[in-house]
Amino acid sequence: MVRIGAFFVGLFFAGWLLISFLFGAAAYVSDPPQPTVEHEFHKAPKHVSFSFDGPFGRYDRQQLQRGFQVFKEVCSACHSLKFVAFRDLEALGYNEAEVKAIAKQWAIKTPDVDPKTGEMTGRDPVPADHFPKPFANNVAAAAANNNAIPPDLSLMTKARHHGSAYVYSLITGYQPQPAELLREFPDAKTPEGLHYNPYFANLNLAMAPPLTADGQVTYGDGTKPTVDQMAKDVAAFLTWTAEPKLENRRRAGLATIVFLLIATGLAYMAYQNIWAGKKTAA
Amino acid sequence: MSFPWAEHYTPKHPVMQWMDEKLPLPRLVYNAVGAGYPVPRNLNYFWNFGVLAGLALMIQIVTGVIMAMHYGANDLVAFATVEQTMRDVNSGWLMRYAHANGASFFFIVVYLHIFRGLFYGSYKAPREMVWLLGLVIFLLMMATAFMGYVLPWGQMSYWGAKVITGLFGAIPVVGEPIQTWLLGGFAPGNASLNRFFSLHFLLPFVIAGVIILHIWALHIPGSSNPTGVEVKGPQDTVPFHPYYTAKDGFGAGVFLILFSIMLFYAPNYLGHPDNYIEANPLSTPAHIVPEWYFWPFYAILRAFTVDFFFVPAKLLGVLAMFASILLLFFLPWLDNSPVRSGNYRPTFKKFFWILVADVLILGYCGGAPAEEPYVMISQVAAAYYFAHFLIVLPLIARFEKPLPLPGSITESVLNRYNIKGEEDALPGMGADPQPSTAG
Repeated sequence: MVRIGAFFVGLFFAGWLLISFLFGAAAYVSDPPQPTVEHEFHKAPKHVSFSFDGPFGRYDRQQLQRGFQVFKEVCSACHSLKFVAFRDLEALGYNEAEVKAIAKQWAIKTPDVDPKTGEMTGRDPVPADHFPKPFANNVAAAAANNNAIPPDLSLMTKARHHGSAYVYSLITGYQPQPAELLREFPDAKTPEGLHYNPYFANLNLAMAPPLTADGQVTYGDGTKPTVDQMAKDVAAFLTWTAEPKLENRRRAGLATIVFLLIATGLAYMAYQNIWAGKKTAA
Repeated sequence: MSFPWAEHYTPKHPVMQWMDEKLPLPRLVYNAVGAGYPVPRNLNYFWNFGVLAGLALMIQIVTGVIMAMHYGANDLVAFATVEQTMRDVNSGWLMRYAHANGASFFFIVVYLHIFRGLFYGSYKAPREMVWLLGLVIFLLMMATAFMGYVLPWGQMSYWGAKVITGLFGAIPVVGEPIQTWLLGGFAPGNASLNRFFSLHFLLPFVIAGVIILHIWALHIPGSSNPTGVEVKGPQDTVPFHPYYTAKDGFGAGVFLILFSIMLFYAPNYLGHPDNYIEANPLSTPAHIVPEWYFWPFYAILRAFTVDFFFVPAKLLGVLAMFASILLLFFLPWLDNSPVRSGNYRPTFKKFFWILVADVLILGYCGGAPAEEPYVMISQVAAAYYFAHFLIVLPLIARFEKPLPLPGSITESVLNRYNIKGEEDALPGMGADPQPSTAG
């Protein structure tokens, strides 16, 4: 009885799926799916190497400091970094006094309540504060940025596939819209106020090219501030903001795996020892 | 609940004797997973996965309870508290990555455990109840994993919750009220997040309870084995401890090494980048996909694209997705071949591997965007999935000519090591096959 019922249920599901398949296949042949402009012109991130690549890679503190400088002087005008605190910057090699100074001199004030009047006011950030947001709220952010809200950057490199390379590619990837794109997709002309960038998912980005000229930032360590170098540095910095414990994780992983290899080797020997002679014994 | 030759618990130390009279817990452990439980001597490494699933559950409970101490189940702060756990809690990143990857590894070992059962016919009499309880555990795991994925309140959390509860919305007439009732609102929100957190905390302990029943039901007939031939005498078994505790110890080591490689060196590989974006009800992700362990079922759900007369395609997809799991409850009666092990069933064996490939293809299509050719591929693969269990297996059971079975477990072991015909000649065999080291 179960098997007869199952036969008909199976026949129904399998049969209807195959009929659906025939419908789909007929539509696929008679009306093949048209390639979209994103499918044809979107590019995967460029190949770029970082000091933290590979299982033993580590952050380059100098590079993180340079990237932080780019963030501070360029990105932070529009983008927030709300999950990172000034105190976290000590991991970049700054000492306590330097962190205190960075917080105090930060261009954006931390919102607070005036202790005398109770009115909303701003004060200089202290190391315990997270980076203050450049806009009071999303409405203000959208109003100041052609209706697009600049996303928070704390987790950006983990929120995109191949995030570090993605950030680098996006910043260095602005270009004029290719002629063959407009030939194939005349309707896909980049709208006024947006910027063509093949590394962005839908190809047209509200953000204007943030790094436009070599020397836009003056590095203190003598590194030549080319656009390429600045893009790489800020990508490294944003990798750190997204994954500040990367080095702890890899160090703990190595110790754990070495320990487990030894323990598992011993467990294997114990297993063989206990079973010795038993496997073939009658 | 055991074989007559099982070793008896005899506490020697006066404290243990006192304990045994008041609360015979050590006796229970001894009989359940100690020397008092005789197990077939020929189990291969595929029999490690039950213990590994238990280990994975324990990892999930320990890391989960610690994570709950730092988590705020409120839609305004949930995402931020998870980030705080990652950044400011001592070893918080370790707990979170272990929990997220632990869920994946739990499913990996459980899928291997299920396919072990499918190949070796572990679901057949007299172990039907073991199989049924295992499926209950699997369903509870799926519910727990789904609700856990909602908790970080990222984009995939939010939209995953919306899509999955939307499945209930496909039910005619009562569907939408049910969806609203499940979510506590018209869309996922704080009410949904709170109840998912509560249930996500509760269900693992329900799973632990059903695991006890699963093991209890297993211990009545005893473990199955790769030959599928039942235990005939003491020469066919070894005590669980130390033989299989040692083997499981080694298996656990290998499991933990693989788990550590993933956890410490590729912790986000199995996750989706969109879940590092805070939930935003106004912005729908380009492709909403569940976690990889749901992909085969998600492919079945999306494979139905054509309405069946008055039944909408979406409802068919929902019914088929639930049916694809519920049909496994009937498996012990669908496949009524008396031979258990796939090793002695040549036709079954071929179709088994087709099923494995089929489920992998379904998984791949379920993770891919809902575009052609993936939809067409999942339609064929889903059709085979249903045909396999509901049509092919009963037919094989009826027409297949199985290979000759070995006379006993011991005979098959000796054949494997080319020791022939000595079984009956060995004097004293079966009188005391257990070494005195046991226990």
